[in-house]
Amino acid sequence: MAVATLPRSQAKAEFRTCPVTFLKVDLAAERLIIANAVAAVVFLLIGGLYALLIALTRWQAVHLLNATWFYRLLTAHGFNMLVAWMVFFEVAGLYFGSAIMLNARMVKPRLAWLGFILMAVGAVMFNVIVLMGKGDVMFTAYVPLKAHPLFYLGFILFAVGALIGVGLFFANLVMAKREKTYEGSVPLVTFGLATAAILAVYTLVAGALALVPALLWSLNIIPSVDPTYYRNMFWAFGHPAQQVNLAAMVSIWYMLASFTVGATPLNEKFSRLAFVLYILFINLGSAHHLLVDPGPGFAWKATNTSYAMYLAVLGSLIHAFSIPAAIEVAQRRKGFTKGAFDWLRKGPWREPGFSSLVISMVLFGWVGGVTGVVIGTEQINMLAHNTLRLPGHFHATVVSGTTLAFMGATYYLIPLIFRRELRLKKWASWQPYVFGSGMLLVSIGMIAAGLQGVPRRHWDITFAGSPFSISIPAAAQISLALFGVGALIAITGGIMYLTVVLVSVFGGKRREAHRLTLVMSDANPLVEYALPNKDKEAEGKLAPQGAFILVLAFLIFMATYYLTNWWLLGRTWLIR
Amino acid sequence: MFVPERVWWKPLSRPEKSWLIIALVWCLFLTAMMPLWFVLGRQNVPAETYTVTPQQYREIVDAFTAQYQVDTLNGVPVVEPPAGSDVYLLARQWQWYPILKLKKGTPYRLHISSTDVQHGFSLQPVNLNLQVLPGYDYVAKITPTQAGDYSIVCNEFCAIGHHLMASKLIVTD
Ligand code: HEM
Ligand SMILES: [Cu+2]
Ligand SMILES: [Cu+2]
Repeated sequence: MAVATLPRSQAKAEFRTCPVTFLKVDLAAERLIIANAVAAVVFLLIGGLYALLIALTRWQAVHLLNATWFYRLLTAHGFNMLVAWMVFFEVAGLYFGSAIMLNARMVKPRLAWLGFILMAVGAVMFNVIVLMGKGDVMFTAYVPLKAHPLFYLGFILFAVGALIGVGLFFANLVMAKREKTYEGSVPLVTFGLATAAILAVYTLVAGALALVPALLWSLNIIPSVDPTYYRNMFWAFGHPAQQVNLAAMVSIWYMLASFTVGATPLNEKFSRLAFVLYILFINLGSAHHLLVDPGPGFAWKATNTSYAMYLAVLGSLIHAFSIPAAIEVAQRRKGFTKGAFDWLRKGPWREPGFSSLVISMVLFGWVGGVTGVVIGTEQINMLAHNTLRLPGHFHATVVSGTTLAFMGATYYLIPLIFRRELRLKKWASWQPYVFGSGMLLVSIGMIAAGLQGVPRRHWDITFAGSPFSISIPAAAQISLALFGVGALIAITGGIMYLTVVLVSVFGGKRREAHRLTLVMSDANPLVEYALPNKDKEAEGKLAPQGAFILVLAFLIFMATYYLTNWWLLGRTWLIR
Repeated sequence: MFVPERVWWKPLSRPEKSWLIIALVWCLFLTAMMPLWFVLGRQNVPAETYTVTPQQYREIVDAFTAQYQVDTLNGVPVVEPPAGSDVYLLARQWQWYPILKLKKGTPYRLHISSTDVQHGFSLQPVNLNLQVLPGYDYVAKITPTQAGDYSIVCNEFCAIGHHLMASKLIVTD
C-alpha cells in the first residue's frame, strides 16, 4: 500500500458524530460497511438454501436431490458460506474496527468500492458457473478434477477484492495513528481484527499460488498442476483463513461481552498474547489437511501440525478462560457473588448478544475445538480423514461458533450502523437458542456418523448403484437422522435471523440511536455496569472462580475424548 | 469499552497464571504424544512414497493381477498374493482394482495410487483412511488383525460417480 502518498488532511471525508459513542463516523466507511454486510447476508441466504437441500439429501431416509445436484449444490454451499458470507462480513468488520472504532476516516473509499465490486463479481461468477454445471469439483477443486476457467477466475477475483479490503484496513490504522484520532493503544477488538488481517494477507497469497496455476491449467496454458503442491497451497489458504475467522470471532466475543454485561478484559496483556500466538503459529496449519497424504514424512507432518496448532491452541485456551472470567467479574461487580455460578445463572439470558456469545463459545470450544485438536493429531487422523467427522468438526467451529457470533453482533450493529430500530425483538431473543441447538445436533450427528465410517461429500451411503454391497452400520442411519432433524432446526434459526435483519433494515423506524441499548431492555451496559469497585473486601468476591472451574471441566472433557481416540486407534489394524 | 487504559501490561493475576501454566503443559503433552506414539505405537501414518506415472502404475498392477488372480467377483479380478509380499491397489473413476485377498496376521506392503483424479482409500468397518493421489505410489505396511470381508469405499470426491466407487477386501485365517 502506498500509504506514504495518502493525503494528510481530513478535508475530503464527511463525518457524522455517533450519539452513542461520540465517535465520528465517516459516512463513506458507513456506506461500505452497509454494502459488505448486506452482501454477506445475501450469500448466507443463498448458502442456507443450498444447506437445506443438501442436508435433506444426506439425511438418508429423505434423500431429496439426485447425485448431480447434490454435488453441485455442495460445491456452491461450501463457497457461499465459508468464503462469501464469512469474508464479506469480515471486511465489514475490518472497516468498522478501523475507521469507526478509531474515530478515523476511511482511506481511499473508491478503492474500497473496487474491492467490493471484485468480490461481488467473483462470487456471482462462481455461483453461476457452478449452477451451470461447469464446476462440479467441490469448492476445494482438487486437481486434476477440472472446472471451467471462470470457476477459478471467480475465486481469484473474490480473493483480490478481499485483499484490497485488508490493505485498506491497514491503511486506515496507519492514517488514524498519524492523524492522532485516538490515544494510547488500539482497542483489543481492533487488535484482534489486526491479527485477522495479518493472517488474511498470508492466506490470500497462498490462495493465489494454488488457484492461479489451476486457472492457467484449465486454460491449457500449462500442462498440469502437481496434486500435492496444489493441496499444500490450497490449505495454506484454506486453513489459516479459518484462523482469520477465529480471530474475527474472538474479537466479536470480546465486543459482545462488553456490550451485554459490561465486561472488560481482566488483563489486556493476556488477551493480546493469545492473538499474537495465532499470528506466529498457525502458518503451516495446512499440514493437518495433508496428514494422510503420500509425500511428506512424520517429522514434517507432526512438526507442522503440532507447533502450528498447539501454540495456537494455547491462544484459544487463553481466550477460553479470559472471556468467561471477564463476564464473571463484570457480573460479580453487579452483586451476583453467591457461590461459584450465581453470576452465570443471573446472566441476561434473554439478551441475544449474551446467549449467542455463550452458545458460540460452548459449541466452538467444547465441540469444535476438542474435535479439531483430536482429528488434527497425526496418527489419529487416519481414523477421521474425509469422514463426516470433518464437516462435523467445522460445523461446530465456523458455523456454530463464528456464524452465531456474527449473527449476535448484527443485532447491535443494526441500530448503530443502519440507524434503524431493531424489529421482532422476541425473535431475536430466541434465535441463538434455535440456531445453536440445531447446530449442536448437526455437529454431533455428523461426528457420530463419521465415527462409524460414513464418508463426507457422499451422495449415497447405501451404495445402491454399486456392484458391491457395503455395510455401513445401521446406527449410522440414526446419526444421519439426528443430523437431519438438527439441520431443519438450525435452518429455522437461520431464517429467523434473516427475517429479523431484513425486517429491521427495510421496515425498522429510522432513528438516531441515542445510546447503545440492549435488545431486550433499555439499559446502557457501558455506563450503568461499569461500577468501579476498589473495595478490598469486594476484591475477594470478584475473583473469577466459576470461570476457572469451567475451564478445568473443559480440559477434563477434552482429555477424555482425546485419550479415547488413541484407544480406538490402538485397536485397528497395524499400519506403518 | 473502546480504548484501553494507557497501561495494559499489568502482571497476570493468580488464576490467569495458573491457567496459562496448565494450558501450556497440556499443549506440550499433546505435542509429545505424537513422537511417543511414533516410536511406541503400532498404528502410524505411512510415509513411504514413490513417484510413478499412471501409465507405469497400470502396467505394474496388470502384471501383478495376471500373476496372482484366483477368482473374479462382479467382473473384478480377485488376487491372492503370497504372504508378506508387495500388493497393489489401483484407484480410478469409479473402481478399485483388483480385489485383494490377504492373510490375517501377515504384514503386506500395500501400494496405492490413482490413474486419474484424487480418490480416498477408506477401509470399513476398520475405518482406516488414506489419501490417494495420481502420480504418487503410497506404500502402507499393513497387517490385518481379523479375518472377514471388508469394504473399501472412496471418500474423496472424484466426480459424479463417486458414490459408486466401492469394493471388497477379503481377509482369510
Ligand atoms: C444452516 C445450517 C447448515 C447446514 C444444515 C449445513 C449442512 C451441510 C451439509 C449437509 C454439508 C455436506 C456434508 C458432506 O456431505 O460432506 C455441508 C458442508 C459444508 N458446510 Fe454447511 N451447513 C450449514 C451451514 C453452514 C455455514 C454457516 C457454513 C460456513 C460458515 C458452512 C460451511 C460448510 C462447508 C465449508 C462445507 C464443506 C463443503 C465441502 O465438503 O466441500 N455450512 N454443510
Ligand atoms: Cu474415487
Ligand atoms: Cu470418490
